[in-house]
Amino acid sequence: MYELVRGPLAWAAFIIFIAGSLYRIIYMLAGCKKEKIVFPHMSLKHSLASLVHWVIPFNNQYMKQRPAFTIVTFAFHICLVVTPIFLLAHIILWDESWNISWWSMSDTIADYMTIIVIAGCIFFLYRRLTDPVVKNVTDASDYLLLAITALPFITGFIAYHQWFDYKTMLIIHILAGEIMLIAIPFTRLSHMLFFVFTRAYFGSEQGHVKHSKDW
Amino acid sequence: MKPTIAKREPVVDDAMDQTEAKLRPEQIQKVINEVIDKETGGRLWTYVNTCIHCGLCAEACQWYLSNDRDVSYAPVTKIKDTIWVMLKNKGAVDAAFIKRCAEIAYTECNLCRRCGMYCPFGIDIAYMLLVVRRICAKLDMVPLYLQDTVHSHAATMNQMWVKPDEWIDTLQWQEEEGQGYVPSARLPLEKEGAEIMYSVIGPEPKFLAQLLGNITAIMKVAGLDWTMPATAGWDNSNMAMYSGDFEVMARVERLHHETAQRLKVKKIVMGECGHAFRGAEYDGPTWMGWMKPPIPIVHAISFYYDLIKSGRIKIAKKAEGPITVQDPCNVIRNGGLGDKLRYIMNAVCAEFVDVTPNKRHNYCCNEGGGVINC
Repeated sequence: MYELVRGPLAWAAFIIFIAGSLYRIIYMLAGCKKEKIVFPHMSLKHSLASLVHWVIPFNNQYMKQRPAFTIVTFAFHICLVVTPIFLLAHIILWDESWNISWWSMSDTIADYMTIIVIAGCIFFLYRRLTDPVVKNVTDASDYLLLAITALPFITGFIAYHQWFDYKTMLIIHILAGEIMLIAIPFTRLSHMLFFVFTRAYFGSEQGHVKHSKDW
Repeated sequence: MKPTIAKREPVVDDAMDQTEAKLRPEQIQKVINEVIDKETGGRLWTYVNTCIHCGLCAEACQWYLSNDRDVSYAPVTKIKDTIWVMLKNKGAVDAAFIKRCAEIAYTECNLCRRCGMYCPFGIDIAYMLLVVRRICAKLDMVPLYLQDTVHSHAATMNQMWVKPDEWIDTLQWQEEEGQGYVPSARLPLEKEGAEIMYSVIGPEPKFLAQLLGNITAIMKVAGLDWTMPATAGWDNSNMAMYSGDFEVMARVERLHHETAQRLKVKKIVMGECGHAFRGAEYDGPTWMGWMKPPIPIVHAISFYYDLIKSGRIKIAKKAEGPITVQDPCNVIRNGGLGDKLRYIMNAVCAEFVDVTPNKRHNYCCNEGGGVINC
């Protein structure tokens, strides 16, 4: 079972993730090309200006207005992306398969960062259940996306601490990671792919076309 | 996802009630799919597939804030109760649903675009609600008061059923009023090759005619070479833009720009109306596939800023007492004229008191979006 999830399924997950992401981005760009005004309205300068103001925490007025949310969401997203890439155990797998390796973080730091991701998921779940606006627009898919995001980190945390049967937990962890990779292009987790484009377009529209700003 | 429970006083609107009784489901489905397939593209698709349902847009909306944070007024709720359902059902919705969509899109959203600025992804929620208006307009589900002004645009090319002779008569009357302030003032009609074409909104000749006398005096004092058209094409406002009747919108905008071209002017200077500026500068050109208007459009704020800053007109006496200003969304958030507006306010008021939040973070005045026409 381990060989299966570690070998062919991992291949499949990465191929679907990369090919699926490319497909979705090309599909989006083709759709924007159909709308005659989207590309002429774009401007590199204003796209970058918008991204700078929204990718750096507290660099726009709305984030200053909601400090708690800003801290949680940045901590959550940074840990979510950084931890799996620089985790020693993951790099060892890359090294075994492809003979490539890069800088890794200490396991203690990775442990804390994993806890931050799980805590972030709990925060978002709490918001979904209690904030009336969010609750009203939440359906099963939103809980599912939250679960898909949380599961690799929860199982990874348990596996690392070897709380249950290590081998089983490891297999579940790898499976969970693969499910998340596959889900990114084809669910609303695709905001990971699209947010750069939506941000750039709104920034261009506000800056280049309307001579205003969007932060 | 269950539809949102919205508590509203029942409103009787003869046009919408009659349309509701007439509309057939297959008609609705055809129009929705036509608009979604042929008139939208990458933007709508990406927005719907990127929205993570976080609800952060709610805090941006003055409808939500001023209704004690009533969930049914949150921007994301308005999308949920309109576009999401249309897409999910592939257009198979009933007339009552379309009526509710029209209530949401026309009377519970001003298309002020504040929510887009507060969305972490920059999703243009107001654009999606304009798509809803477009669908409603193609289905004749438009509030009567708004449709009436659209009819006026379509029939007379101005917003307020002003007849051609009344237009010229009003201008000549107001030229005399302007001469009451500055005896040598003129209101030049049809002067080909003038530097400026001055265009106004329908309500100016209809019931704010004194503004035309005022501009006659201002232009004389500033020593500018200007003209106004004696034909249709003088009205720069565009309620069809707000109803979603983009065919009429395009006719109005095209005539406005073509009139300026006929007069061979270098620029169009317009009065203060924010939505008119939006239509002439952005929505009209965008729909017609122009990157920008063929002849530059100067909004009143930029115009007066230049006149005061360059000393072409001097302020003899400042208005007294504390005076504040409401930043109009379509020229401030969506036009970038916030600082110039403040320069003018300080130049003409003895005691200017600013508002919070201000400039591009302003709250909509709630008149925009065609909720009230002026």
